[in-house]
Amino acid sequence: MKKTLAILLAMAMLIACLAGCGEKKEAEPSGSETKEPETITIAFIGNTTGDYAMYGIPVRNAVKLFYDKLNAEGGINGKQINLLEYDDKADPTESVNALNLAIENGATAIIGSVLTGATVALSDATFEINMPEITASATSPKVTVADPDDPNSEVKTNVFRSCFLDPFQGEKMAQYAAEICGAKRVAIFYETGSDYSEAIVTGFYTGATAYPQLEVVDMEAFSTGDKDYRSQMTNIAASNPDVVLMPIYYGEAGLAITALRAAGCDAQVIGGDGFGSVKDYASAEDLEGTVYFSGYAPGTDSVAQFEADYKATYGEDVPNMFAPLAWDASLIMTEGLKAAEAAGLTPGSDEYKQAIIDAIKGMDAFEGITGSYTFNETNDPVKSVAVIKLSGGNEEFDSFF
Amino acid sequence: MNLSTLLAQIINGLQTGSIYALVALGYSMVYGIILLLNFAHGDIIMVGAYVVYYSITRFAFHPLLAVLLAVAASVALGVTVEKVAYTPLRSAPRLSLLITAIGVSFLLENGAQMIFGADTKSMDPIVPGSVAIGSVTISYAAIITIAVSVISMFILTRLVNSTKMGKAMRAVSEDMGAAQLMGISLNKTISFTFAVGSALAGIGSVLYLCAYPQASPTMGSMLGIKAFIAAVLGGIGSIPGAMLGGFIIGLLESLISAVHLSMWKDAVVFVVLIVVLLLKPTGILGHKVQEKV
Repeated sequence: MKKTLAILLAMAMLIACLAGCGEKKEAEPSGSETKEPETITIAFIGNTTGDYAMYGIPVRNAVKLFYDKLNAEGGINGKQINLLEYDDKADPTESVNALNLAIENGATAIIGSVLTGATVALSDATFEINMPEITASATSPKVTVADPDDPNSEVKTNVFRSCFLDPFQGEKMAQYAAEICGAKRVAIFYETGSDYSEAIVTGFYTGATAYPQLEVVDMEAFSTGDKDYRSQMTNIAASNPDVVLMPIYYGEAGLAITALRAAGCDAQVIGGDGFGSVKDYASAEDLEGTVYFSGYAPGTDSVAQFEADYKATYGEDVPNMFAPLAWDASLIMTEGLKAAEAAGLTPGSDEYKQAIIDAIKGMDAFEGITGSYTFNETNDPVKSVAVIKLSGGNEEFDSFF
Repeated sequence: MNLSTLLAQIINGLQTGSIYALVALGYSMVYGIILLLNFAHGDIIMVGAYVVYYSITRFAFHPLLAVLLAVAASVALGVTVEKVAYTPLRSAPRLSLLITAIGVSFLLENGAQMIFGADTKSMDPIVPGSVAIGSVTISYAAIITIAVSVISMFILTRLVNSTKMGKAMRAVSEDMGAAQLMGISLNKTISFTFAVGSALAGIGSVLYLCAYPQASPTMGSMLGIKAFIAAVLGGIGSIPGAMLGGFIIGLLESLISAVHLSMWKDAVVFVVLIVVLLLKPTGILGHKVQEKV
């Protein structure tokens, strides 16, 4: 008896399923009757959860803020922008999965991803299908070039970024250490296995060849997840450096600087753009005088409107440089979309995507809120770094360098 | 390398080692009694650390009260996990228990991320300051850490060797069935073991925050793995072994850094695990248990 009932129920379910499919088929033709889609679909991919969500969330917020505003002003060419959002948890596999989902849902351009590892994987995938992509924050050369060690390597022509890159920061650090700090003895503390950290170190060595007085007196490292830096800092303190380079992220940087000061070393600390919001991770006293490079200068005129809008929408101050850079990334992508729309192409088509790419590639000193954009042969922006100095527990804009 | 750097490194190693040792004790005790590698143990420390963080920064409690709260929360969590996740599986194959433990670990990490947020929470050092002895600077935090863990271990050894409950624990770990027949309450003894292990984790979380004043949802995973290696090295199931293992791993790490090989620190620790498993799977102080037929 029970068996019969079960079979009957199963049959009923099957029929319901089939009926459902049938209906869908009927519905399809009526959908394709509308001649042109009235929206342009683009996707944001980035880590809004997980260890480094502190980077991903501001990027997502700024991108959303940009397109909400654009849509409220009437969109592009009378079309609204449909912004899809995917969380890749900073995981390379997840970001490629997100891309596949975005394509299924009709995305014609990608903004993302946020951290270097995920973005490299994502850009490999978008390059294969020539999908326009711009990242606001991934700073490794691998994002736009297939193999940075090979000078004749293929450039991922479809991928752009609104931030400067890791080796570029490293070169600037060498220049800053030699010219501004007048340093001779340099110690380096980096994260092994981190593309970001190692690329800056490589860049530093490239930059340091121009300054023979710079001598690396100690090189220490830690692996991802490790929080115990006292041993390394004891060594660095013993090597008596003039400056300590820390191409690492803010949380670790706070611990490292605290440990460095506790080990009795008062050398100048120079950090990369990963230092954003380091002020919350070590005492004002330990941080005093530390400098780091940033992609934007908080409080200057060009970003004031954005900072006010961000605060009004999300109820907090712009947390780090990734939000304004994400705004610029959206602005640049939108210029591309406008060009493709002006050419009368259909969103999602190959010609449309190529038109976006050509428009971005052809930019000459395009004004964003963090600086002006011209893309070089490897699709990296040519712009200056903002030096941020820690003073009395605050991160203050010092100068452009 | 001069002598004062070497001494400073040894103190660094002892401080890290005592935290590893406390955590390793939790692994070892639970393994000793129900043969479970409780991979959620590291995450109990994470919860303890958040309790300390919120008690001190949000509610401005006295640090000592925060310590008590952290220990209480860790014990409550440890016992709850045991009752909810492990007790129903007591007669199931060991592998199911192990997988459950990994599941609980993920649940706690992701749960913490939902509740506390994904970003790292940073606080002012709980015990600031340091004292200079000759040319060596020793932080008060290091002194407190080493002292507290040595005292905890002493109390634990007394507890296991000279109290009735300790006797029951040893009996259950030797032969669960026979212990039950002798009138020992299994549930009570096992819960008590989890409570003691988690209390040590709670103390460990406070010491951890003394050394590195940051709490993050995934902070327990690496710490847990290192402590697990320490427990295996010392001989899992053995209390003095866990202490010894913890100190050896801590010292090893800082001495590797001392010879400027900090980039190889983790690699060396994991190689130690492989070598121990190949050459002496029972660890330094572990003893081989004869399988009875």
